Amino acid sequence: MSHEWPLWEVFIRGQHGLNHRHVGSLHAPDAEMAIRHARDVYTRRNEGVSIWVVRSSDIAASSPSDKGPLFEPANSKIYRHPTFFKIPDEAGHM
Amino acid sequence: MYAQMVRTDSDGVKSLDEMSPQERAFQERIDRGEKIEPKEWMPEAYRKTLVRQIGQHAHSEIVGQLPEGNWITRAPTLERKAILLAKVQDEAGHGLYLYCAAETLGVSRDELLDKLHSGKMKYSSIFNYPTLNWADIGAIGWLVDGAAIMNQVPLQRTSYGPYSRAMIRICKEESFHQRQGYDIMMKMARGTPAQKAMAQDALNRFWYPSLMMFGPSDKDSVHSAQSMAWKIKINTNDELRQKFVDQTVPQAEFIGLTIPDDKLAWNEEKGGYDFSEPDWSEFYEVIAGNGPCNRERLGARVKAWEDGAWFRDGLLAHARKKEGRRAAA
Amino acid sequence: MAALLDTAIDRASLFEFLLRMGDNALVLGHRVSEWCGHAPVLEEDIALANTALDLIGQTQLWLGLAGEVEGQGRSADNLAYLRDAHEFRNLLLVELPNGDFGRTLMRQFLFDAWHLPMLKALAASSDPRVAEIAAKAVKEVAYHVERSADLVIRLGDGTEESHARMQAALDELWPYTGEMFLSDAADEAVAAAGIAPAPASLREGWRDTVAAVLAEATLKEPAGAYAHKGGRSGRHTEHLGYILAEMQFLQRAYPGSTW
Repeated sequence: MSHEWPLWEVFIRGQHGLNHRHVGSLHAPDAEMAIRHARDVYTRRNEGVSIWVVRSSDIAASSPSDKGPLFEPANSKIYRHPTFFKIPDEAGHM
Repeated sequence: MYAQMVRTDSDGVKSLDEMSPQERAFQERIDRGEKIEPKEWMPEAYRKTLVRQIGQHAHSEIVGQLPEGNWITRAPTLERKAILLAKVQDEAGHGLYLYCAAETLGVSRDELLDKLHSGKMKYSSIFNYPTLNWADIGAIGWLVDGAAIMNQVPLQRTSYGPYSRAMIRICKEESFHQRQGYDIMMKMARGTPAQKAMAQDALNRFWYPSLMMFGPSDKDSVHSAQSMAWKIKINTNDELRQKFVDQTVPQAEFIGLTIPDDKLAWNEEKGGYDFSEPDWSEFYEVIAGNGPCNRERLGARVKAWEDGAWFRDGLLAHARKKEGRRAAA
Repeated sequence: MAALLDTAIDRASLFEFLLRMGDNALVLGHRVSEWCGHAPVLEEDIALANTALDLIGQTQLWLGLAGEVEGQGRSADNLAYLRDAHEFRNLLLVELPNGDFGRTLMRQFLFDAWHLPMLKALAASSDPRVAEIAAKAVKEVAYHVERSADLVIRLGDGTEESHARMQAALDELWPYTGEMFLSDAADEAVAAAGIAPAPASLREGWRDTVAAVLAEATLKEPAGAYAHKGGRSGRHTEHLGYILAEMQFLQRAYPGSTW
């Protein structure tokens, strides 16, 4: 029985200058090969210009039960969203 | 479908009142359309059912490489060769996305492959049929991918987050698969008499196996009811089969091919076609391992895996050596 | 230069040269595509299909240009599907059976290490059509050789078994590498016209690349200097006939059909 290659999470930054985005995962023996595999697996349709890979086991994640305390406070800060502010049409596009 | 007859370990759908508070909260989240994410609490039966379903779906993708792969080296033009290769490659990619989705449920890809290789897990019955002429490649894209898409589009809304995201990616990539299949059929059906005969022959052989892809009628199945309550199955098998027939019949007519069913007739009242059921005894034989290609298909996958063991081990050994050298430096 | 190209003999030489480029890509692409669905791990299955797709794409360009230069109205598909084995001009190396995955990768590396400098030189060709194709292909092949070299190193310096398999692959394939650097009248004509480098001029760079990779892979360069040859002039191994029987089946069995 052979040993399984570790799992990696893949993040890709697309053509349009947006942040790296999680696109999926894959198996590879090390980081270098994970990047190559990511290129072959996740950019078959010319999706990316930059690739990050992280070992899945190295990702520290927020716990689902903390969802309330972590994210609800942001819900009430609606002034962070542009639609909070009513700007008269006469002022033009903003 | 790519996942057929998935067991749920359930003997009926519980009403909210019969559920424990935890189960109830879980079901209510699904009812509200929330996604369930990997580390969140979920009923064990939900987890196990998903592993079976996603695993079977992933296995179908990689076994599904084989019947079409059978024609890559014989594709009739350079462009057809490239298109077919790209499509079969996509299927490997889809298998990969799905294995990764299953892995978020605490099972490794190697364990799933082991179950496939030992026959403990199944793949879709359709891939146990042979591809005998070039038009079969058209028929697979048109009918088999067409049937698969019918199931996969609604699954983009499935309750399990990683599965839903995999389906979204797969649907986006699959959009060209069905079209390329129909494009081949169109060329063949409008080509020489020999080509047209190949196209009709392919349709004759793939029609009923395609209808079988949706699985037997499940309107009374407890498994289906439970899976639908969990939103890991969105439509009944019969609904999807009907939709598939209604969509496909005019496409066949358009290119002058005949659906091999003399009972096929438009039913004004139901707004759909009446059609003959496939031979379900054949379906159960194929599922039991007696389809025309079961042994070859599974044999090819097992051989690829076993012959590749030295390669996977060699690369892992090198990565560890390098890691060791780096640590020592 | 343009005047030179217009003479019949140089057109024939250029045609010959383009067939060599196109047939290498076609036959190797065919061999690599045989792995689709059968590779040792999904990630490699996908990666290898990318290599095959690049090669098929290059075939279309080289053979398309060959047909244009020949001026007999033959398309890339005509040239790929309707020539017999003796009319093929690929290296023997690329038509050899795949063997195990290690041999497939070793062959890929030995070929890529030649292919990349060849394309780099062609990107500066005096013929702009050749230069344009090479400029596109060179990006693809730079990745091919990065990948194949790295895998040869990893497998050579992996387990005992992977090392032994890679050494065996190297020993088996080595006598088929010398053909890449042989030269005939057609090569001399295209080199004189500044269209392509003289084959021998690529030998040293190839040796350096290969030596460096083999050293890192802990593999031993075979001693023998014997080189099998013939592919570039149409004398092939028995294997090519079977490749073509498979590849050309539909076009041969149903002539004149469109697909």
